[in-house]
Amino acid sequence: MPLNKDIKKVLVIGSGPIVIGQAAEFDYSGTQACEALKEEGIEVVLINSNPATIMTDKEVVHKIYIEPLTIAFIEKVIAKERPDSLLAGVGGQTGLNLSVELYEMGILEKYNVQVIGTPIESIKKGEDRELFRDVMKKINQPCIESEVIVDMESGKAYSNKLGYPVIVRPAYTLAGTGGGIANNEEELELILEQGLHMSAIGQVLIERSVKGWKEVEYEVMRDKQGNCICVCNMENIDPVGIHTGDSIVVAPSQTLSDKEYQMLRTASIEIINAVGIKGGCNVQFALHPHSYEYAVIEINPRVSRSSALASKATGYPIAKVAAKIALGYDLDEIKNEVTKKTFACFEPSLDYVVVKIPKWPFDKFHSADRQLGTKMMATGEVMAIGSNFEAAFLKGIRSLDIGRYTLVHKDMMKLSLEELKEKVKAPDDERIFALAEMIRRDYRSEMITKATGIDRFFVKKIKNIVEREEMLKSYTLDMLTRDLLLDLKKMGFADKGIADLIGTSPEIIYTLRMKLGIKPVYNMVDTCAGEFEALTPYYYSTYNAYDEVTVSNRSKVIVIGSGPIRIGQGIEFDYASVHAVKALKRMNIETIIINNNPETVSTDFDISDKLYFEPLTEEDVLNIIDKEKPEGIILQFGGQTAIKLAKFLEGKNVAILGTNSEQIDTAENREKFEALLEELNIERPKGIAVWNVDSGLKEAEILGYPILVRPSYVLGGQGMEITYTADELTYYLKNAFEKDSKNPVLIDKYLMGREIEVDAICDGEEILIPGIMEHLERAGVHSGDSITMYPTQNVSAEIKEKVLEYTRKLALGIGIQGMINIQFIEYCEKLYVIEVNPRASRTVPYISKVSGVPIVDIATRVMLGEKLVNLGYGINVYKEPELVAVKVPVFSTQKLPGVEVCLGPEMRSTGEVLGVGADINEALYKGFLGAGMLLKKRKGVILATINDNDKEEFLGIAKDLEVLGYSLMCTSGTAKFLKQAGLKVESVRKLSEEEPNILNLIKKMEVDLVINTPTKGKDAEREGFMIRRAAIEKNIGVITVLDTIKTLIEVTKRYNSDFDIENLKIYNMGKN
Amino acid sequence: MKAKLILENGMVFEGRALGYMQEAVGEVVFNTGMTGYQEVMTDPSYYGQIVTMTYPLIGNYGLNLEDIESKSPKVKGFIVREACDYPNNFRCEIKLNDYLKNNKIMALDQIDTRWLTKVLRDSGTMKGIITLEEVSEGYIKEKLQGFSNSDAVLNVTTKEKYTIAGKGKHVAIMDFGIKANIIRSFKQRGCKMTIFPATATYAEILAVNPDLVFLSNGPGDPEDLKDTIECLKQLVGKKPIVGICLGHQLLALALGGKTAKLKFGHRGCNHPVKNLEENKVYITSQNHGYYVEELPIDTIATHISLNDGTVEGMRHKTLPIYSVQFHPEASPGPGDANNIFDKFLEVQI
Repeated sequence: MPLNKDIKKVLVIGSGPIVIGQAAEFDYSGTQACEALKEEGIEVVLINSNPATIMTDKEVVHKIYIEPLTIAFIEKVIAKERPDSLLAGVGGQTGLNLSVELYEMGILEKYNVQVIGTPIESIKKGEDRELFRDVMKKINQPCIESEVIVDMESGKAYSNKLGYPVIVRPAYTLAGTGGGIANNEEELELILEQGLHMSAIGQVLIERSVKGWKEVEYEVMRDKQGNCICVCNMENIDPVGIHTGDSIVVAPSQTLSDKEYQMLRTASIEIINAVGIKGGCNVQFALHPHSYEYAVIEINPRVSRSSALASKATGYPIAKVAAKIALGYDLDEIKNEVTKKTFACFEPSLDYVVVKIPKWPFDKFHSADRQLGTKMMATGEVMAIGSNFEAAFLKGIRSLDIGRYTLVHKDMMKLSLEELKEKVKAPDDERIFALAEMIRRDYRSEMITKATGIDRFFVKKIKNIVEREEMLKSYTLDMLTRDLLLDLKKMGFADKGIADLIGTSPEIIYTLRMKLGIKPVYNMVDTCAGEFEALTPYYYSTYNAYDEVTVSNRSKVIVIGSGPIRIGQGIEFDYASVHAVKALKRMNIETIIINNNPETVSTDFDISDKLYFEPLTEEDVLNIIDKEKPEGIILQFGGQTAIKLAKFLEGKNVAILGTNSEQIDTAENREKFEALLEELNIERPKGIAVWNVDSGLKEAEILGYPILVRPSYVLGGQGMEITYTADELTYYLKNAFEKDSKNPVLIDKYLMGREIEVDAICDGEEILIPGIMEHLERAGVHSGDSITMYPTQNVSAEIKEKVLEYTRKLALGIGIQGMINIQFIEYCEKLYVIEVNPRASRTVPYISKVSGVPIVDIATRVMLGEKLVNLGYGINVYKEPELVAVKVPVFSTQKLPGVEVCLGPEMRSTGEVLGVGADINEALYKGFLGAGMLLKKRKGVILATINDNDKEEFLGIAKDLEVLGYSLMCTSGTAKFLKQAGLKVESVRKLSEEEPNILNLIKKMEVDLVINTPTKGKDAEREGFMIRRAAIEKNIGVITVLDTIKTLIEVTKRYNSDFDIENLKIYNMGKN
Repeated sequence: MKAKLILENGMVFEGRALGYMQEAVGEVVFNTGMTGYQEVMTDPSYYGQIVTMTYPLIGNYGLNLEDIESKSPKVKGFIVREACDYPNNFRCEIKLNDYLKNNKIMALDQIDTRWLTKVLRDSGTMKGIITLEEVSEGYIKEKLQGFSNSDAVLNVTTKEKYTIAGKGKHVAIMDFGIKANIIRSFKQRGCKMTIFPATATYAEILAVNPDLVFLSNGPGDPEDLKDTIECLKQLVGKKPIVGICLGHQLLALALGGKTAKLKFGHRGCNHPVKNLEENKVYITSQNHGYYVEELPIDTIATHISLNDGTVEGMRHKTLPIYSVQFHPEASPGPGDANNIFDKFLEVQI
């Protein structure tokens, strides 16, 4: 059936802030779905709290509400906009759950909003485990033996009946949050308690463990006519037991015969028919490795991370087609965007191999428990395409941006075979390297399969790579014949990998390759294995004979993407890359994107004129430049991943648009930067490098405490800490020099001042600051983790003038052509510079949206030589908006066992929400609400453990909390202090004291909030850490900086008395 | 050992020789299925053809004795990007290379199969030779010109009539190179089957008094089968007739329709076919180089290809005649259209 003409205005609910398990993939699919609606002439109303997304752009949807994703706010949007329809399935689990809730609460009916796409009843059949099992029973699809459990006792009884191990899966949570595998009753108690608590409906499923079975997924689509197709199937290399988000996945499946492939495909189609899907759906199976036995694990009746991967792996735009189905079209009425001739009603055929590898945050969080299980821990992923498995796999490894080009891993070489075996049996993020090392030591492949459950086929593939590596180790350069080198390149070896193994430089391998005429060709991802002529400009490199790329004679620019989503380099950079491409297109320049992240908008094939899905290494990027010969290349929007290519590319005479590598170095090299500051007469906090504890202490005395300390060899905030006393400093320095005595430690005067941040554009003559931001938390909290306010609330005109002056001096002094991000501290009415980044930063989308300045567009134009004065937004500081917008960080720390919760100079947040208001309080209220940080009152108890430096300041806070009706519980020191000041406080025993102590209190969830300002020193640190972790794992809020709680109190005071949602407005940030 | 594929248009693809080391001449076609290489190799419809698989990794799950569509491989040659020598699957009984070698099939790997596919797509299906030696242009020309597949059906049809017992309807099958799964599909429905060689006369068929005549799939150009077409003309109206693939084309010819050769055929597991009677699309398995270009009078198209609009099924307006171009028996490919067999059995006078 064609377009349903009754649909005129559609509400889309976004997925909110980026958290582990719900990342950029929903911006990709959401944006695609919104575009698909728009192209049918439908008005699109969007609510999403995440400002760093493309979907919240004016260009993408008509009405944009960057508001908290709660029922109350969505109802406000519905009441104001009166959409006739709701598209439920594109906002991830968040959007889906909210849609179900809106329906159940009668809100959709009240406003006469119909759900388009998969109906709510079907969503419930897919999501509610009990309902789902009933449906499966009816159609004879085997589920894993399981039972819905709502309390501990029946959970134990059922598990005993099933026999351990059992898997606990909470209902209505994303990425398996709160679940796990229990090997015995003791473990079950822990996991079950948590699972019951985490589930939105207090329900978990306990099921028979099929650990070790193959995990296979199908992405299927169905229209209302009942036409069904399978877009892609995917095989997890890691067997059942490791969350698919943490598994290495290959598409299509490699070890299934046609009979098994079709058996599961047919099952998928029967399932979506029975559930009644109208759109896309993901079906997960466990397949017994030695028989036809299989079981349905679960389905996701919506677009998902897997559907994003399937879309990128095949070229089939699942979200777009799902949106068209929702509008009434059938699959055979929707054009195949790739061929423009055939229809969306077909099944893509791949003629290449796709490998997805997760990106974990453990390089940042050393203390984390890295063992992989049923709870997802990856923040992002890379995808790689090759003509064979080895090539795709090696491309994937080097796309991870972890400095690896081969499977050789020094840490693994140090382990004994027994240790390696343990490591692959209890797999962590490095297990592939451990597995490779076992192969290197001739451990039998069959036994690796036995220990890991990884199919022998894949073990053998990895063995192929290891064998080549071992061969190369004994080779010299002159032994590299053309045939051998070509063979290695076909297998996916990087020049750097080959060079490392034979002991030469990648430069020499590159030269040799050029001499021998070994260059990659680029093949097309066309959905049809070459059967039809395709128009998709979507390519991957391979060392085949035949090149499918036609290089145009237009003037062209390459934009380098930012690779996988990780903490500190998130979706904001994809936002910037996409906008750079859009700006270039408007300038009639051909655009080319190179990126390796399947979750993003930038890797959607119709964003740029050409998309190269490739690793972002020097070699892979240069190969494309050699091929395309662009006018220039833009690095500023690709985060550190792109910026670090600058020097190499310049050495190859590639024109880098905007700031060049030498200028980048001026900003990033500490000595050069200090010299520049000196020259410009700009102050930075005084600091010095020290080589031992004694000199450190001496220097600290001169500078005065508190002191900011950090290792000299790392960039950013890694390992940075603030010390308040000589004891704390001694503790830090001792530790630091024990770990590494070859490098100095940097100690700076820590200025406990106000942090101010700007993103600016410089054209070499003038600068434009779209907005000056103020951080809520005092300096010392990483800018990505602090609450940011725009316009500033407490910054004087004089200081703003200074900010402009310094920004101008720095931008011109460094020679910025394009973007610069600067962080300042205002301390005792003086301004200090603390950090400069010669690139786009994570605040760019936020400021663009609130100020209305198209920052990336302007910066791109400037990079290509245009002048700010001609671009219509003026120079210097852009006028401040009437609305106030607050960016509040959102954390996924709960999902990462062993990771510190406390805010500090090292970034830990994965995402952010925006609060928009007429004044700062309204904005803050919404920001806190959207981030889930508002003060709750369940038990009315707040637990506080405050370090000595903060006690005085905490007094006022404690009084306020009392006024708000909270009672305080504190450990002895804090309690004594507050009691002396006349407050009513209950003492609790410390962690080190006998039970029941503070930890029991948290575990029993008898407090609503934990305020803990950390103390340095071994035991105190450990205790604080355990308290914070215990709280976060119980879903209890933890606040570690007093500024945050102060503001929370302010906001609560204002909105507590008349907590009336009616008084809060919502603001359309789109077109009116 | 190196070997080459040389196409009629002179293009040369060099790769590594696999399987049985012996020159092979045939019509070069491509198949886009990502699984099911074993079913493809043993499908008699590929008789005389050198089949290239577009999916690059072939042989991953090995081969077994269950998934064969006829007793031996029928392809003339087999061309892949990467032949797997270390398959793994719980049913894997023999490796690809060993299977080819033992069945005397020449194969090539390390070929840029995407390039080859695009050449065939753009220039159309053409003849080719896989050779181990340096050979002259004249030699190639002679070999290619000398290749004819017009007696293909005679080489793959059953030599003798045979029967398969069943309690259900009696189906007379004309075997032009029938796939095993078609027989299995009728068997599953309890049918009794009498399988005739392609050379059977109408009298022989009528003599067993079947409830239904089924015309099987098979290789080659339907127009080459003049006698069969004559035989069918005699059967029309006397018995319900149904058919698949070549059987469908022969039926069209017998009823006065026209067939023609497709530029590069339909070969794969992902072909969308719209059932016009149900207004529903099925993803089907296909393998045909010829198609019904012009429907006979008094027939209507029941199915069309969503990709190129060609006829994928027809039904006679008055007579009990129904046939499809695609393969409802799948193997390889999706079994979504498996109910066609039930519909076949519903066709009656």
